[in-house]
Amino acid sequence: MDISLQQVEYRYQANTPFERLAIEDVSIDIPAGTFMAIIGHTGSGKSTVLQHLNALLLPSKGIVKIGNHEIKAEQKNKNLKQVRQKVGIVFQFPEHQLFEETVEKDIMFGPMNFGVSADEARERAHRALKQVGLAEDILEKSPFDLSGGQMRRVAIAGVLAMEPDVIVLDEPTAGLDPRGRNEIMEMFYTLHRERQLSTILVTHSMEDAARYADQIVIMRQGKVAKKGTPEEIFSDPIDLVEMGLDVPEVVRFQLKLEEKTGIKLEKIYLSIEELSSAVTEVLSRGVRS
Amino acid sequence: MMEKMIFGRYVPADSTVHKMDPRSKLLIIFLFVCIIFLANNWITYALIGVYTFYMLGMSRIPVRFLYGGLKPVLWLVLFTLILQLLFTKEGNLLVEWGPIKIYEEGVRQGVFISLRFFFLILMTSLLTLTTSPIEITDGLETLLNPLKKIHFPVHEMALMMSISLRFIPTLMQETDKIMKAQMARGVEFSSGPFKERIKAVIPLLIPLFVSSFKRAEELAVAMEARGYRGGEGRTKYRQLSWKAADTLQLVVLAILTILLFLLRA
Ligand SMILES: Nc1ncnc2c1ncn2[C@@H]1O[C@H](COP(=O)(O)OP(=O)(O)O)[C@@H](O)[C@H]1O
Ligand SMILES: [Mg+2]
Repeated sequence: MDISLQQVEYRYQANTPFERLAIEDVSIDIPAGTFMAIIGHTGSGKSTVLQHLNALLLPSKGIVKIGNHEIKAEQKNKNLKQVRQKVGIVFQFPEHQLFEETVEKDIMFGPMNFGVSADEARERAHRALKQVGLAEDILEKSPFDLSGGQMRRVAIAGVLAMEPDVIVLDEPTAGLDPRGRNEIMEMFYTLHRERQLSTILVTHSMEDAARYADQIVIMRQGKVAKKGTPEEIFSDPIDLVEMGLDVPEVVRFQLKLEEKTGIKLEKIYLSIEELSSAVTEVLSRGVRS
Repeated sequence: MMEKMIFGRYVPADSTVHKMDPRSKLLIIFLFVCIIFLANNWITYALIGVYTFYMLGMSRIPVRFLYGGLKPVLWLVLFTLILQLLFTKEGNLLVEWGPIKIYEEGVRQGVFISLRFFFLILMTSLLTLTTSPIEITDGLETLLNPLKKIHFPVHEMALMMSISLRFIPTLMQETDKIMKAQMARGVEFSSGPFKERIKAVIPLLIPLFVSSFKRAEELAVAMEARGYRGGEGRTKYRQLSWKAADTLQLVVLAILTILLFLLRA
């Protein structure tokens, strides 16, 4: 399912003294099957953009196209529920949304709201639980008896069980330990590859953005400051640093190396493997000549 | 969703009302609530109305914003009016419309009661809109200080109040966030059959309770860690200062009271 935002603007609390322009002139295309990372400082409007992707916020100006649905400013919008079934959102700290007596019931809650039968929902709950790497014996427990990391996984399973075509992730690994972080990111990446699930990820980790994304969008003060492939984005690291953003460790290493040795590599490499083979090649060439 | 709510919300601005001492504002509101019951004819209600809009004008709160925030309450006012119109059966019969009979006294009482309600709401919102929660609590604590003599826990009450007021916006944000998270999971809060909508409250309330309890506990620990030990010997960072404007406003209110006594039926 393709999603596109066209010159979207959003104002919080419009027509009050607290009115606040959160995003303006945001145009983003997300063709089906894309893995897109959105990066930017806190308050740059990332979460606001995300909430337009399944019509939780309706644009103050501009157009949001989600599959066949077209959502415009100042227009009654129907069938938003259909949109929400297709686009699952994992909010920041999703464990705050847990409420059922048991983990199983909580995971079944989403699918059942969208009219899936109880049996089917139960099956999906079991599958989703496995996907997020939890054991089945947890199903009968209360979600409030779990550890923070487990709660996070259960909440994610609750969204996966809706079997959306597009999954939207708002800093899904914030506050987790490094190992849990990697596991969860790898899980989303596997899902993305195996099911061609469009994935939109808001993250502060340049490493994750470089490793997983096909497309990167940089938000700055409510506007899209830059967009492109990871190679394009990180090929101008100076620009990023000026925006106060980090570059991935690998890129930082390459830049330092180029600065120290005076060797200029062909392009910016985004993985350690690529960089090390490039460096090895240059060095061996150097030895030969 | 929750963004239009204005109860307990402070709108910072640079107006005469904003700059008044919270003690004088609290006194004025308290006295206003008492003297509004003196009004019992058109002229006295008109006076109260003039006074309310005089205070409102001085506060520089945009009327459009006030209207947006008070809209739900205005429905309640209207409802009161209709009830009075329909069920008071005194005075001359004015209109007869099949089973609906409207009497003169019904109109009078309906209008008076809903006006009183309306002015009370305006004035009390004005207090919270122009006075930050901390100021309100400081003011209350100082005003109620004499009650400490009879072992009334003034400081604790004030603290409880300031904490509650402080967390209203947080709670609203939290509500908004959880509503959105559940909407993303297919809950419909604002459409669908009534029964479903009632049920939709559960996935909202449970997470809210859980996080409120957690937050209360964390707050208590944080306060103890920073050496909070109750009100005994506690000094204040902000000092209240009573100015000429405060006295002036109390005088205005006194004049209003006298006028009400003279003009009431
Ligand atoms: N519910 C809200 N009410 C008012 N302003 C908001 C609300 N949510 C976000 N904002 C404002 O909108 C801007 C963008 O916020 P957000 O999209 O949450 O940024 P990010 O996710 O990049 O940190 C910020 O300036 C923020 O203060
Ligand atoms: Mg955010």
